[in-house]
Order: sequence, then structure tokens, then C-alpha cells
Amino acid sequence: MDSLSAEGIQRDPRDVVLAPPPPVRRIVVDSEPTVVQPPPTNGGGPAGAGAIGLGAPVRRPKPAIGPKVERMRIEGVTIAYGEKVAVNQVTLPVRQGEVLALIGPSGCGKTTLLRSLNRLVEITPTAARSGRISLDGEDIDRIEVTALRRRVSMVFQQPNPFPMSVFDNVAYALREQGSGRPGKDALYNHVGDALVRAGLWDEVGATLDHPALRLSGGQQQRLCIARALAARPEVLLLDEPCSALDPRSTQVIEELILKLREEVAVVIVTHNMQQALRIADHVGFMYLGELVEYGPAEQVFGAPREQRTREYVGGAFG
Amino acid sequence: MTPPSVGLIRSLYVRFRPVGPEVVATAPRDSVGSWPLWDRVGYYAAWAAGLALIAIAGAIVVYMAYRGAQYFDLGLLFESPASSLNQATSGGFKDPILGTGLLLVMSTLIAAPLGVTIAVWLTEYGRPAGLARAVESAVEVVAGTPSIVLAMFGLVFFQQQWLGFLTFDAEGGAVLGRSFIAAASMMSLIALPLVVGATREALNSIPGHVREASYALGKTKAATIRRVLLPAARPGIGTGTALGMGRVAGDTAIVVVLLGATLQIQNGADGGVFGLFRGTGSTLTSYVYYNSPAGEGLAPEKAYFAAFVLLAFVIVLNLAVSRLARRGGEGWTR
Repeated sequence: MDSLSAEGIQRDPRDVVLAPPPPVRRIVVDSEPTVVQPPPTNGGGPAGAGAIGLGAPVRRPKPAIGPKVERMRIEGVTIAYGEKVAVNQVTLPVRQGEVLALIGPSGCGKTTLLRSLNRLVEITPTAARSGRISLDGEDIDRIEVTALRRRVSMVFQQPNPFPMSVFDNVAYALREQGSGRPGKDALYNHVGDALVRAGLWDEVGATLDHPALRLSGGQQQRLCIARALAARPEVLLLDEPCSALDPRSTQVIEELILKLREEVAVVIVTHNMQQALRIADHVGFMYLGELVEYGPAEQVFGAPREQRTREYVGGAFG
Repeated sequence: MTPPSVGLIRSLYVRFRPVGPEVVATAPRDSVGSWPLWDRVGYYAAWAAGLALIAIAGAIVVYMAYRGAQYFDLGLLFESPASSLNQATSGGFKDPILGTGLLLVMSTLIAAPLGVTIAVWLTEYGRPAGLARAVESAVEVVAGTPSIVLAMFGLVFFQQQWLGFLTFDAEGGAVLGRSFIAAASMMSLIALPLVVGATREALNSIPGHVREASYALGKTKAATIRRVLLPAARPGIGTGTALGMGRVAGDTAIVVVLLGATLQIQNGADGGVFGLFRGTGSTLTSYVYYNSPAGEGLAPEKAYFAAFVLLAFVIVLNLAVSRLARRGGEGWTR
């Protein structure tokens, strides 16, 4: 009797309809990289490069682009937060005309490296940096920091428009640059131009005085890109710009990035390897603060030289 | 504890009720009746407390509205009080209304900028940390000081001879330490902690990446504070200021001690606005106090009406606060 009542108050097995178990995806850790057909490239990649087990990602066809100009150079840069070394002896070029993607697992130092390019790491009181970073041959430590950040602009992970109108957001970087505040008419062309370049003009051109925080997430992020582009920077830093967005907005922004790389050098931090494969020309793989591998995207994803890279892009860890 | 028979019946029902294969198991519906005794007591006590508070608030408003309507006379709002033992000839309370308004404006003009500045320094700079802690404790001390203590301190402070130019001149050059300036300065200390608290909360709720986005566009910290952080914190600043105004409008001790609580506004020796600031006067609170049976009790009916006016003002202020607080629904993800 007791057992019956105790059982009865609990769930009756006949009441439960079991769902079929979820499919288990097995990741083979130790296997050799299987050689499959290389993804369509921009005509530049090594012909024999093979893709790895990323679930057949598609590399977008690339538009023909102009000559590549080296904008920034990172030489032997080490960054530490207190005792903890976050970036260790990294050397990298940043070129206009291409997208450089920094990939790697969380905490590998890719965002720290990105933030050192516009000296944003300096906000962290414990951060210290050695090594040389140059912008157009000039040491960035010698450039006045606000001037540097107008030339090396940045977009963040979370869309963060300021609580003002769309127009004022884009005009934000342009204002207060000189002694006098330029009027709205003087800024109108610059603002419109930045919005066009960020692919947002068609959506917000008629409602520039609306509050920016009312836009959708994807629009907000493109507004942040427009805001970053308004001061005509030479380098655009993107810190996981799509991680808070839906696939459609992500696609729009990726297309935008591919267009923008012709006029600015683009550095993107992403932990989405498909994204890096879709848009990057060069890829730097970082692990535990070190730059493990740097090379053309086709090579890093197709035929990684380093074992750790192979395991990471193959999905073994990260 | 359920008796065993109930458990048996329930289990039999569960076992033999008609069940189709499509029925998905759910937990039996939870009802308060099945809770343990103390949980039930707490649950009903929570309900009772909420309802009692509604009843008390309703009683205050309804009773004061009833009394206010009983002695309703719009003319009182525009008539200066006069000293008379007869209620029919003792005038209205124009001066107390003006006094309340003037005191509100003056103390807000002191408290709001000061409070916002303190909050900005605490949240955006706050170094050295020891100094920041000291400032925080100071704000807490001011917030915790009873207003009568603030009033006594203000009296001692403003009675100093060299501060005589800020207060009402008495005969023979005595410094009595009473004026709108003296009262408003101490009143601003009542409002200050509320402004600091609300502004800090608003600033803290702005995620760090918004600040960084501004720095990353080549802006200095000062420009970021002025152009991004303060506009974003505006609803919070407004909330704190309005709450502070409510406290200022409702305080009596400082008015009685530092404003002189004179029947009519009396200008100081200087002419013009500064003379007014150096003058003495009264507010609705002190008017209610003196005219109610608690004070001299000479015009209790007018006191009721004045109390109703004050209550209505503070309720409107609080409605404005909750409207302000509800705005700012648009925000950032952290």
C-alpha cells in the first residue's frame, strides 16, 4: 500500500512521452585532416588546399580589389594584466585591402591584442605593453591618443549607440574636433556618406532625428560601424561584431565588411570560424596569448601548419 | 501531512484515470492550501500588509481631500496671511506657498548640480579609493542626519558674524542666522543624498562598453561624461531631484529654525532679489504646523486646506518620479 501511494503521487510512467534522444555529433580528435574539394576562393588561394571538418562552409566570392597597403605593424608585442601575460610576443601586419581575422578560444588574448591597436588597453589600470605598434610607420605611442583613435576606429561586441539621434551618433566623432562646433548642415554630407558606406542610409536616411536606441539590433550595429567610419579612419577594428546578432543581420554586416576592406584595413576578432572563413583574407590563430599561426585564410583553414591550429579549426577544442 | 487515505485515493486516481498516450506529464497544480503552515501564514501576512498599506494611504488621501474640500477656498491661495486671532480675518497662505516654491527652487539649484558632480566623480573617477569611500560615508552621514540636527548646525553656522551678509539683519546688527539662503543650504543637504544615489545608480547601469565606444571614437573622458553619460543618466538625475524636492517640500524643522517661519515674507535689508534671499518667510509645512491644533491652533480649517495643497503637490511630484523612472526602457545589453 505504502509503496503504491508513494509511487502514485510521483509521476506515472504512462504519462510521460519520451522525446527521441538528440542526435549526437561526434568530433574525431586524432584523425588526419581529410582532403576534400577546396572552397571556391578569390583566385588567390593555393590550389591544393583542402577544407576541414567545418560542415562545408562557403567562402564568398571576392570582388576584385586594389593593391594592398600595410597600415599597421605589430612587432613583438607583449601585453600583461598585472602578472598575467595576455599577449605574448606577437608580430603581425595589418593591411588595407584585406580582412585580418583573429581567431582562437576564449581568453586567448585576441581581444586584448585588438584593443592594443587603438591603445584602449590603457584604460585597464593594470595593463602593461611592450613591443612596437606602428601606424603608417609611426609609433602609436607617439601619436596623441584621441587622434590615434580617430584613425584606428573600433566597433564592439554589443551594439552600443549613444542615447541620441541617429544623426548625432554618426556626427559624434566629427564634433568637437576643432575649436568650434560645426553646425548640422556642415556635417550633413559626412554623416550621410558614413551611413551610405555602412549600408544603413536606405533604412534610416529619412528618419535621422529618431533615437538610435529604437533601431533593431542589426541596424544598431551598422550604425556603430557608420559612427566608426565617420571620421574616415585608416583601420577599422571589429570585436566580435556579429555575436549579438541574428544570422540575417550577420550576413548583412559580413557583406559590408567585405566592401569596406577596400578603403580601410579591417581587423576582426571572432570566435566563429565559419565567419572567419567567409570573410577573412588572412587569419591569425591565437592560443594562450601566442600567435600560433598566421597566414592566408585558405591555408590556415585548409592546410594548417601547426597541430594546435588543426585541432582548433577542426573543432577539437575551443 | 496528508492523511494516508488521501494519498491512497490520489494514487488510485492517478493510476486508473483514463489517460491517452498523448497526455504529457505535468506536476500537480500547486495550491497555497497544501503549503506548510508557516509558509501559509507568511503568504497571507504579505497580502494583509499590502492591503493595509493601501487602506492607510487611501485613508490619508481621502480624509485630507474631504477636509480640503470642506474648507476649499481658492482665494486663500492668493491672499497673504495676517496676524489675527479670528479665522475670518487671518488671511490666506500665499506667502507660505511662495516660500515653499522659493525654497524648492533654491535648494534644488544647490543640490542637483552638486549631487550630480559628486555622483560623476564617485562612479567615473573615484580615486584614490580611500577618498571615494570617505565621500560615500559623508553622503551617508548627511542622508542619515535628522533635519532638526541639520537645522541646528545651520543655525550655529549662519550665526557667525562674518556670514551675516547671508542672513536677515536684526536690529542693532545682531546676526540671527535666518534667511532663505540659510534654509535652502541646509534643505539642499536633505535632497543631496537622493540626487547622488539616483545619479550613481543611473551611471552604474550604463555598461562599460558604451564608455569605451566613446573613447574609441577619440573622445576624452570629460567629453564622454558630458555628451554620453550625463544624457543617458538624465532620467535617473530627474528621479533623484524630484524625490529630493519632495523631501524639501515636506520638511518643517529647518523652516522653523532657519527660515524664521514669519507669517509673511520679509525682505532683508538689500533691495531686489538678494534682499528676498536674505529675507525670512514660511512654508506650507510651517503654516500647517502653527495653525493646526498642534501649534497655536488659530486657524485649523485653513491648516487642513493648506495640508491638502501640500499633499497634492507631493503626490503630483511622486507621479512625475514614477513616470520618469518608467522611461528609459530603451537600453543596451551588457
